Amino acid sequence: MTDLSNEQLLEIDYYLRLTRALEERLVALFRQAKVIGGLYRSLGQEGESVAAAYALDYKQGDVVQPLIRNIGAILVAGARPVDIIKQYMAKGDGPTRGRELNIHFGHPAKDGFIGQISMLGDMIPVMAGIALAGRMQKRKLVTLAFIGDGGSSTGAFWEGMNFASVQKLPMVVIVEDNGYAYSTPTSKQSAAKTLADKAYAFGCAGVTIDGNDVLLVHDTVKQAVERARNGEGVTLIEVKTFRMKGHAEHDNQAYVPKELIAEWEAKDAVVRFEKMLVERAVATQDQIAAIQQRVKKEIDDATDEADRAPMPNPADAGKGLFIEDGYWGSR
Amino acid sequence: MPETTYIEAITQAMHEEMSRDERVFLIGEDVGVYGGAFKTSAGLIEKFGPERVVDTPISEIAIIGAASGAALMGMRPIAEMQFIDFITCGYDMLVNFAAMNSYLFGRACPIVVRGPAGGGTHGGPYHSLNPEAMFMNRPGLKIVAPGTAYDAKGLLKAAIRDDNPVLYIEHKYLYRRIKEDLPSDDYIVPIGKANVRRRGKDLTILTWGAMIYVAGDAADELAKDGVSAEVIDLRSILPFDEEAILESVAKTNRVIILHEAPLTGGAGAEFAARIAEKAFDYLDAPIKRIAALDVPTPYSPPLEAAALPDKARVVKAAREILAY
Repeated sequence: MTDLSNEQLLEIDYYLRLTRALEERLVALFRQAKVIGGLYRSLGQEGESVAAAYALDYKQGDVVQPLIRNIGAILVAGARPVDIIKQYMAKGDGPTRGRELNIHFGHPAKDGFIGQISMLGDMIPVMAGIALAGRMQKRKLVTLAFIGDGGSSTGAFWEGMNFASVQKLPMVVIVEDNGYAYSTPTSKQSAAKTLADKAYAFGCAGVTIDGNDVLLVHDTVKQAVERARNGEGVTLIEVKTFRMKGHAEHDNQAYVPKELIAEWEAKDAVVRFEKMLVERAVATQDQIAAIQQRVKKEIDDATDEADRAPMPNPADAGKGLFIEDGYWGSR
Repeated sequence: MPETTYIEAITQAMHEEMSRDERVFLIGEDVGVYGGAFKTSAGLIEKFGPERVVDTPISEIAIIGAASGAALMGMRPIAEMQFIDFITCGYDMLVNFAAMNSYLFGRACPIVVRGPAGGGTHGGPYHSLNPEAMFMNRPGLKIVAPGTAYDAKGLLKAAIRDDNPVLYIEHKYLYRRIKEDLPSDDYIVPIGKANVRRRGKDLTILTWGAMIYVAGDAADELAKDGVSAEVIDLRSILPFDEEAILESVAKTNRVIILHEAPLTGGAGAEFAARIAEKAFDYLDAPIKRIAALDVPTPYSPPLEAAALPDKARVVKAAREILAY
């Protein structure tokens, strides 16, 4: 059972609500055509994103690598909502200064997180390399990588997992089975009984859990992080969850049976977690309402700041290809 | 220092850089206990241990990916491709991840990806690649291709010390065929600087890698007729020494671009275009390109020899443009 204090449980609730409120705001900005590119919702996946990232120790140098639907994970690691909004709005003073979008940003050694690239699976070898560097530098850091049911089909995923397992690197990999990769159901992605079965091939630990049980995800990841930190190697954790929206805002997910959406709506991780908080007298309804108020204010302020931020200067388009040109300063 | 072969120069560079800087490490297939398929890393694991000479499963994407991740954390990895042909298996990781770190995110990703390239050794179509052109249109990488033992050592040191991803193309035909006295001091060869190997006034042969020797032989042949050819060893493909190229063309007014990769879409096309754009008024004859046939490098010696550029083709092209 969890060893989280009441204060920590409330902090988790704060991140859950922050994620949901931020995304709801991004939807509003998308409809106002202020989000320039696509918008990818994590509705339904906030629970495991926040809970898993909360199991890391960022002071120790731990690094989390989110996929597009793990916005909650980088908020836990310290990403600021204003930076995420600026990324979506293609602003010139956001983390990538308008060169990349959404949560594709972050520096593993400076921020405690590193955004994915769009080639799914590629981050698994990269996160293995970050873990390898940590070991070479005699630091006790652990890396946590997210991959999806679709991403776990790629060669890069397999090759990275194999390498990390052979090297017994301090790494935890969460395979999210959220039902669909774009329009493709998991049954068309893999013939394995569970995605955790892939762990057998790598010779690493593997487990399947309910991804909408916040405490279970946290505790399972925490245990895997401790194993990793103690030199016991890689753990693959399959979390069963559901993508409640389409692949992106343009996608009405007509290919998903309505009853499946209704079934998972009843299992909403945030609602379940808050119900548990009240039942266990960790928080009152008023306290939970206060968290939502606090979150709303923060998102309002972040939105105002992002909205005021300048677009990039076209004259900068050719700069910064190589480090020594000085465009990025000493970052 | 006693005469050093091209391959020993590479080994020395890795050895010296790993001694100088504990952030430098080598990662690749069979690089540790076995010392590398060509023995390029012979002696490294004995000196630096398995922590810094990392044997990997067969996976170029894991080698380049893990090297890139480690580089973001402040390490300076050297990632070895057992043959440079296999870099295609890690192409995605190199062009989509490693190469984009600076431009997109302001992150330094100081990796060197190196490995044996080139033909002439009857390696067949999967062990003879000259890969430079397939990386030239994907911004964010530096590309070097040394042709001498001196440059092999100096460019590898420069590549390891560079804050960006560098593709270091070593020519395996040269591994044990050339040697020279190397300075005993800690020198580097700056990336982006060409070397004029031979001064001349009648035409320029712009080349790199093992082709510098074909160019030299052709220049010897032409000299018998009183033709003085200038041979420029580009050494760095990206960034390339545009100034040296244009300066030479302005002097000789005639140019042959010679490379070992296939003609169409080869690096020579870029250099030809640059010369046409910037030195058109200096040209007294069309720019000539001598390159491999547009085929995969075949295995059998007569076929391979026919596919790759040779002295006769360079001399013939030279005579054509001199008579233009």
